[in-house]
Amino acid sequence: MATVAVIDYGMGNIRSVSKALEHVSGGSRVIVTHEAEAVLRADRVVLPGVGALQDCISELKRLGLDEVIRESVRNKPFLGICLGMQALLDSSAENGGTEALGIIPGEVRHFADQLRTIPASNGLKVPHMGWNQVHQVKSHPMWQGIAQDSRFYFVHSYYVAPASEAVVSATTPYGFDFTAVIDQENIFAVQFHPEKSQHAGLALLSNFLSWDGSN
Amino acid sequence: MSLAKRIIPCLDVDEGRVVKGVQFVDILDAGDPVEVARRYDEQGADELVFLDITASSDERETMVHVVEEVASQVFIPLTVGGGIRELSDIRRMLNAGADKVGINTTAVNNPEFVRQAAERFGSQCIVVAIDAKQVGDGKWEIFTHGGRSATGIDAVEWAVKMADYGAGEILLTSMDRDGTRDGYDLALTRAISEAVPVPVIASGGVGTLDHLADGVIDGKADAVLAASIFHFGHHTVQEAKDVMAARGIEVRAVDV
Repeated sequence: MATVAVIDYGMGNIRSVSKALEHVSGGSRVIVTHEAEAVLRADRVVLPGVGALQDCISELKRLGLDEVIRESVRNKPFLGICLGMQALLDSSAENGGTEALGIIPGEVRHFADQLRTIPASNGLKVPHMGWNQVHQVKSHPMWQGIAQDSRFYFVHSYYVAPASEAVVSATTPYGFDFTAVIDQENIFAVQFHPEKSQHAGLALLSNFLSWDGSN
Repeated sequence: MSLAKRIIPCLDVDEGRVVKGVQFVDILDAGDPVEVARRYDEQGADELVFLDITASSDERETMVHVVEEVASQVFIPLTVGGGIRELSDIRRMLNAGADKVGINTTAVNNPEFVRQAAERFGSQCIVVAIDAKQVGDGKWEIFTHGGRSATGIDAVEWAVKMADYGAGEILLTSMDRDGTRDGYDLALTRAISEAVPVPVIASGGVGTLDHLADGVIDGKADAVLAASIFHFGHHTVQEAKDVMAARGIEVRAVDV
């Protein structure tokens, strides 16, 4: 039986993610774990998370999971969600500068800083909270059965700015078009919360459980 | 096209049961939180708020089970309010599957609690609930204990302070309008929404579907909360979205 490991490093909505995966799991087994061995043995890995990136990175390092994540992204389908996406970049503007895992070149920026430079975005609230449209800029097995510009649930104050356009899989408009989804080899990483995005979100999680990591 | 305005049904839960007369015609058990949540999810609710009105602290654990049950079957955001007094209460609710917690009286008693909560769990899950009453022309004050106790705190200043302390969202209830069906206090809603950088949920007084649209258009709310208008089965969330869309408001269509 194929196993999907949800990495539990004590931050946020792990249960919501595992419950949503179980809901669409079919033949897969969903485990929630912080054990390096269990993650390395799993067929697929999910890195969820909400909250502060600095705490996220220090907890991952404390548990020795940073190296496990580096290893996992090389050889199995890997899904990053929200903070679990931001953690993959080089660094974040959070707390005056936080070093992240450096798996995807680029940085994490604060929305308010960017919106201030756009006069037309006057009055846009931060956190960016609610159901917004996700515009797929290229085809990918993870988008199977999900309509172009489907709405997903977002709640975040920071967004990712990857160094290379080539890894941008989808964008979302909020004052400007920010990167909502990154795909790079076996990594698919989303800023929104599929586990809270009703039909579209469950469809994405279901696609992840059958995705072989290629595109 | 961009971010949709949210429609949020609110459910009062007492000792694990939905109270205040949810009356769907074809529902098996109108007191079952899971059943009710599932119904609203099908109708296209963008989020759900559960307000724990359980008086006895012995029954607090019941709410945790309610959240666990709902969160394992309904995959939209859940906010839980009522009885949040310690950081451990927040941790317990988030672990159970809540996405956000509403903090009301505890914030008034100890504003630093909001700062600590936001630092520990992130602003995105900290909703500060504000109950306000008009005390003069263009002036509103914070009240606690269901509108009985005045605090002397100006509502707009308080909202700004709470956002500054790390609240990621403000749930604003007009105590003058709550239960009246006369519509939101639009001047209050607009005053707060224009003063804070974070999203504001309008609450209190909805009697018609147009009141929801008014809350967004005139009140500048980012989300609209209502209870009885949906509970009694007179209107569905989908009907509310149709009315809002007809008035030019962007809403989330439910795909199936």
